[in-house]
Amino acid sequence: MHVVVVGGGLAGLSATMKLAELGVHVDLVSLTPVKRSHSVCAQGGINSVNHLTRQLGDSEWKHFDDTVYGGDFLQHQPPVKEMTEWAPRIIDLMDRLGVTFNRTPEGFRDQRRFGGTLYPRTAFAGATTGQQLLYALDEQVRRWEVAGKVRKYEFWDYLGPILDENGICRGCVVQDLVSMEIRALPADAVVIASGGCGVIFGRSTMSMACNGSAASRTYQAGAKYGNPEFIQVHPTAIPGADKLRLMSESARGEGGRIWVPRRPQDPRPPQEIPEHERYYFLEERYPKYGNLVPRDIATREIFKVCTEEGLSVEKDRLCVYLDLTHLPREVLDRKLGGILEIYQKFQGVDPRVVPMKIFPAVHYSMGGLWVDYERTESGGLRIGSPRNHHTSLQGVFAVGECDYQYHGANRLGANSLLSCIFSGLIVAPSIVSYIEILHQNGQRKVPSRLLEQAEREHRRRFESLLARPADGDNPYKIHQELGKVMTKAATVVRHNDELDRAYAQVCELQERAARCGIADRGLWTNQNIVFVRALMDMFPLAKAILKGARLRDECRGAHFKPEFQLPSITATDPAERRRQAEEWCDRFEENNRRWLKSTIAVCGPNGDPEISYEEVDTSLIPPRPRLYGVVGGEVIEEVWKERTRAKQQAIRV
Amino acid sequence: MPSVHTSSTPPREFLVEVKRQDAPGRPSYWERFRVPYESDMNVISVLQKIAELGVNADGKRVPPVAWECNCLEEVCGACTMVINGRVRQACTALVDKLLADRPAGIRLEPMTKFPVIRDLVVDRTRIFATLKKIKAWIPVDSYLDLGPPLRQSQEMQEIAYVLSKCMSCGCCMEACPQYLKIEVKRLPGESEDDYRRREAEITNRHFMGAAAIAQIDLFNSHPVGKMNSRDRLDALIAEGGIQVCGNAQNCVKVCPKEIPLTTSIARMGRAATIHMFRNWFER
Repeated sequence: MHVVVVGGGLAGLSATMKLAELGVHVDLVSLTPVKRSHSVCAQGGINSVNHLTRQLGDSEWKHFDDTVYGGDFLQHQPPVKEMTEWAPRIIDLMDRLGVTFNRTPEGFRDQRRFGGTLYPRTAFAGATTGQQLLYALDEQVRRWEVAGKVRKYEFWDYLGPILDENGICRGCVVQDLVSMEIRALPADAVVIASGGCGVIFGRSTMSMACNGSAASRTYQAGAKYGNPEFIQVHPTAIPGADKLRLMSESARGEGGRIWVPRRPQDPRPPQEIPEHERYYFLEERYPKYGNLVPRDIATREIFKVCTEEGLSVEKDRLCVYLDLTHLPREVLDRKLGGILEIYQKFQGVDPRVVPMKIFPAVHYSMGGLWVDYERTESGGLRIGSPRNHHTSLQGVFAVGECDYQYHGANRLGANSLLSCIFSGLIVAPSIVSYIEILHQNGQRKVPSRLLEQAEREHRRRFESLLARPADGDNPYKIHQELGKVMTKAATVVRHNDELDRAYAQVCELQERAARCGIADRGLWTNQNIVFVRALMDMFPLAKAILKGARLRDECRGAHFKPEFQLPSITATDPAERRRQAEEWCDRFEENNRRWLKSTIAVCGPNGDPEISYEEVDTSLIPPRPRLYGVVGGEVIEEVWKERTRAKQQAIRV
Repeated sequence: MPSVHTSSTPPREFLVEVKRQDAPGRPSYWERFRVPYESDMNVISVLQKIAELGVNADGKRVPPVAWECNCLEEVCGACTMVINGRVRQACTALVDKLLADRPAGIRLEPMTKFPVIRDLVVDRTRIFATLKKIKAWIPVDSYLDLGPPLRQSQEMQEIAYVLSKCMSCGCCMEACPQYLKIEVKRLPGESEDDYRRREAEITNRHFMGAAAIAQIDLFNSHPVGKMNSRDRLDALIAEGGIQVCGNAQNCVKVCPKEIPLTTSIARMGRAATIHMFRNWFER
C-alpha cells in the first residue's frame, strides 16, 4: 500500500505516522521542511474534557455541545461527537510522545480556560502549544523515515491529483521547487492536509505557505468544497506590514482584559487612565463569558467599538487594548512567555508593563474540501470506514484545516489542534480499508501511461508559464490588491452590494493574473513562477468565498450580514417582550429551515463556483438560539425552552 | 548616496545589498536595491518589496531574490540569513533598528555553513540528518491508547520546554567555529536517495553542532526517552560528536530562542565522560 500525503502540519504528520504504523508506505510532500509548517504558529492549547473539569460537571458531551453551539450548528454532529470523545486520549498520546505540557505543582497537566466554554479544558505548552505538538509528530515521522516507511519530498509543490478514466485517483503530480523537476507519484490514495487559505486575504495570521493552492487544485480537479464563506477573523492580532501576528486567546484565558478609554482617543498613556474611565466592553456586554466569548462575537464587538462607536485607541489605526499588566510577572512568563516575546520583538514594548494594542485579523478557514463520514447507530463515527474524510473524488482524502468537517460557522479556540490530530489519526485506518477494496477490484498497479500523460500535461502548463513575457502586470501587486478586496468585502461585516462589487473586481484581477509577467524564467529555484501559479489558484477559492457569502442571506457564526440580523427584544412591558420573543423564535426557526445547510461549491469554467446546499446532520443536539449576549436573551431562552418541551411532549404522545 | 536615517526624519528610501548566487557552483555577486521606506518594515517586507519593484538600484530588471520564509513570527526557523554581518531570523530584523545601527543600508547574505542553493536559500538537510543520527524522538510502543503517561514536575517541564523550542534554524551552527561547511556533490547517475544517504554519511562524520547536543540532553532527560539514552550517548561521542566542541560559546549568544546551549553542552560533556568509562569497563 502506498499513499501520498500533501502537507506536513499536525494533520499531515499524524496521518503519516499512523499510516506508517499500519504498514503503509507514505510519500510526504510539503512546500517547506515539515518542521516549519504553519501549525507551529498555534499558541494557546488543545481542548479535552479532563479529570479536573469532570469534577466541575464537564463531560465529553458538553465539549461536543460547546463545539456545535459555538459553531452555530452548521457542522455534521457525528464527527464532532467522536472527536470530543477521543480528545482525552489524544492528549495522553501527545504527552507520551514527549510534548512538554505545562504542569501543576503535583505534576499533572495544567489546564486553562478558552473561549466559548465555562470549563478549563485547554492543555498547553507555554504559549507555543502548536509548535510543541508539531515537533513531537515531526520526531515520530522522522523515526519512520529512518525505518524506511516514509519518504519526504520537502520543498515540493503539489500540482494536482491523477485521475484515471473512471475518475479514481491513482496518485498526484508534484514539482521539485529546487530543480523544478515535475514528477508523477503513483499512489493508492492521496491525502490533502495542506491547511488554510488565509494568504488569499493578503495579510492574515497565517504563514506564507497557507495559500490554499493544494486545496484549490483538488477543487479545480472536481472535488466539492464546503462552507467556503466561513472564515474566522481572530479578535486579537498585532498589526504588521508583512503579517498580522496572532496574539493568542490564551492571553484572555489567563485573565487578560480588553478595553478602550471611555474618552475617544484619550491621549494619556494607558497605565495612567483610571479604572472608571476604562470601558471593558466585553465584560459589560457579556457578563457570563466576559472576555472569553466565542471569537466571532469578540471580533465583531472590537470592530464595532472602533468603527461605529469611534472608540479606537488611535485615530489613524484601529486598535483596542489587551491588558495583562495586572497579572503577576512570574505567571505571565511561565504560561504566556512565547507570545509576549513576539509582541515585544515586533512592537518594542513590554506587554507585562504596557497594555498591548491589538485588532482582529483573518485567522482560520472553517470551510474546506467537502469530506464524507459514516455514522454509527449511536451517532459516532464508524472508525475504519472508507468513507471517513473521503472527498468527493474517489481516492482523495482531506484532513485538518483544509477540510470543512468540524467547526461549522465558527471554530472555538483550542479546538483546531484537536481536529487536526484527530482527523489525521482516524483517516489512516479508513485509507487502509479503502485500499483493500481498491486492490480487491484489481486496481493494484498504476498504469505508466496514466503517469506519463499527467506528467506531460503539467509540464506543458509549466512551459506555457515560462513562455510568458517578463513585462506584464506585476503578480505581487495583483496579490496585494486581491488581499485588499477580500479583506474589505468578506471579513467581519458583509454587505451584498459590496460582495457583488468584490466579485467583479476579483474576476478582473484573475484576468490580469492570467496575463501577468514572469520576471524569472530560470529553471532553478524559480520562486517567481511558483508564486504566480499559486496566485492563479487563489481565484477559484476567492470566488467560492465571495459567492457563498453573497448567497447566504443570514447571520451565522463568522458570517455576519447586518441586514439579516434578527432584531433584539426592545420592549419593556412583559407581555410585549413575550410577544417579541415569540416572534424572534418564529423567525429563528424559519431561518434555520432555510439556511441551516452546508454550502457546497463545485468549480465551474473560469473558476466560477456553482453553489448548492446540503442538509446538516443535527440529530444529536437540536439547534437552539445562540444567545451569548443577545439583548433580551433571557426571555428568548424561556420561550425557546417552552417550545422544546412542547415538542418533546408531542413526540411522547 | 543612500539617505541617512535619523530618528526624527525617516529616509525616503534606503539601500539594500544582497549577496546573490544563481545556483550551486556559480560565482556569487552583490546586487544593490533601493527600497522605499515605510514604517514598521522588517527584512521580510524588504524582500517582498524588492520582488514587487522588479528592478535593482540601476533600474535594471532582475529576477526577485530567492529566500526562504514561512511563519514570519520567529517560530518556524525558515528565514535564517546573515543580516549586517550577524546570523538571525529575517522576520524579527526590524528595518528601523537596522538603519539606526548602520545608516549606510542593509546587507543580506546567505548563511556560510550550508551549501547555497540560490541567493539567500541554503540547503539545511544536514540539520535534519543529524536529528536522525541522534534518534531525537521518544520510542513509544504504538499510537494506540495506552493510558495516561507519567507525571512530571514543574521544574522538569520548564527545563524540557526551553530545550524543546529549538526550531532547527541553524543560527548556532553558523556562529560556531567548529561547524564547517560540507558540500557533497551528486555523482553522475547517482539516484536522489543514494545521494542523500551518502551525503548524510559524510556530514554526520563532522560536528553535530550545539542544537543537536541540546536535543540529546532533552531526550535523555525524558522519563521514556531516557530508556534509549545509550544510543544517543553513542552518537554523542562518535566522530563529529561533543569532543569537537571548542567551547567558543558563540552558539548561545546567537540562539533566537535563547536556549541555554552551553549549559546543555556542559551537562552532556559530563554524561559523555561517564558513558565512555562505562563503555570501557563493560567491554
